[in-house]
Amino acid sequence: MAGNLRALRRRIRSTKSTKKIFSAQELIAGARIVRAQARVEASKPYAREITRVLSALASSASLDHPLLTERQNPRRAAVLVITSDRGFAGSYNVNVLRRTEELLSLLRQEGKEPVLYVVGRKGETYYRFRDREMADTFTGFSEQPSYPDAQAVGRALIDVFTAGEDDEDGGAGADGILGVDELHIVYTEFRSLLSQVPVAKRMAPLEVEEVEEFDYEREDREAGRTGESGVPTSYEFEPSAEALLDALLPKYVTTRIYAAMLEAAASESASRRRAMKSASDNAEELAKNLARQANQIRQADITQEISEIVGGSDALVSANADD
Amino acid sequence: MATLQVELVAVERTIWSGEASMVIARTTEGELGVLPGHAPLLGQLADGGVVTIRTTEGEDLVVAAHGGFLSVSQQGVSILAETAEIAGEIDVERAREALRRAESEGDDPEALAAARRASSRLRAAGQEA
Repeated sequence: MAGNLRALRRRIRSTKSTKKIFSAQELIAGARIVRAQARVEASKPYAREITRVLSALASSASLDHPLLTERQNPRRAAVLVITSDRGFAGSYNVNVLRRTEELLSLLRQEGKEPVLYVVGRKGETYYRFRDREMADTFTGFSEQPSYPDAQAVGRALIDVFTAGEDDEDGGAGADGILGVDELHIVYTEFRSLLSQVPVAKRMAPLEVEEVEEFDYEREDREAGRTGESGVPTSYEFEPSAEALLDALLPKYVTTRIYAAMLEAAASESASRRRAMKSASDNAEELAKNLARQANQIRQADITQEISEIVGGSDALVSANADD
Repeated sequence: MATLQVELVAVERTIWSGEASMVIARTTEGELGVLPGHAPLLGQLADGGVVTIRTTEGEDLVVAAHGGFLSVSQQGVSILAETAEIAGEIDVERAREALRRAESEGDDPEALAAARRASSRLRAAGQEA
């Protein structure tokens, strides 16, 4: 009995110290969410401006840029998956990866061969374990992505997309590089502290609706300025509109990757905080139950000891009385 | 007096926003000054370019902007940059060091771009590059 008690006490101690780790993680994640949300907010003005500039351009330049045109019979599609570097984040990675699998099978049904680009160590190990080929991986920044990180990813994707322009029937085409015809991204959207939803989006070819998603005429009206209604402002371009579009579109794609990474980082922290909260609650519950068991055993031990002593002294008394 | 509403935004945050009487920038086509009432314009800033914002108080705000665009509309001027630094915040020693390092790396495109960024930082800070 005494040995059992010692084992229980050891378990209680270790449960309590893990609980401390969980609550510390919870606090860290909580602080990270706030910071990540602030960064999402801080990146919005740029996204808004670049969308506005693009809408202005879209109405002036001809829209036959390779990043905008739908390719005839697309063969390969790049899929960028954003996962976390570390675990301890509940179902965060599982959800993103499940959404990715859905997208991959959809692409295969459409006769396109998916090419994987993975951000985050967790996604990398997932696919490596399953022996799936990855075109490229990017790790080490999932919790605090910076713009240069997004640029590195963006450059890789845009390069492979541009290389796919001249591919024919599974061959590599004139440039000798096997490219892709579509770019997709799967990341976790941060809706609120309680709900983060994995979403899959197509980045290229860009849909024109998406380019014009920012209704800047409405904003003008709201700001009390009345332009000629319906007639877009005619801009002067320096250099030509086409050259500007060339320079702007890759930046726009990179901005969207960056925005996705920021949202994913916020979601990761939110998810981790929730996971750590329930883990520390569970640890506390467990420690309480174990303490109860330990007390019961301790009491049983004491009771037994008392009855042994009483029994012993009773035996002594009756032996003396017999004399 | 008419003023320009100027927004200087980098990808990671808004660097500066406020009223200005003039904006001077260099696009890929040439040097350009924007005064209130300028015709709508979209321009790509020259690499390693320096943008000067003359505020309504008459101060000059010199900014090193990399990978940027300039958009002039009726509402004002927005300068979009991948990264941008205000002259006062530039660490001259570090920029000089970065320039030396980039130049010693030869003509790899990354190093060239880094050299251009460093020299524009130095120029914005009013130093000889």
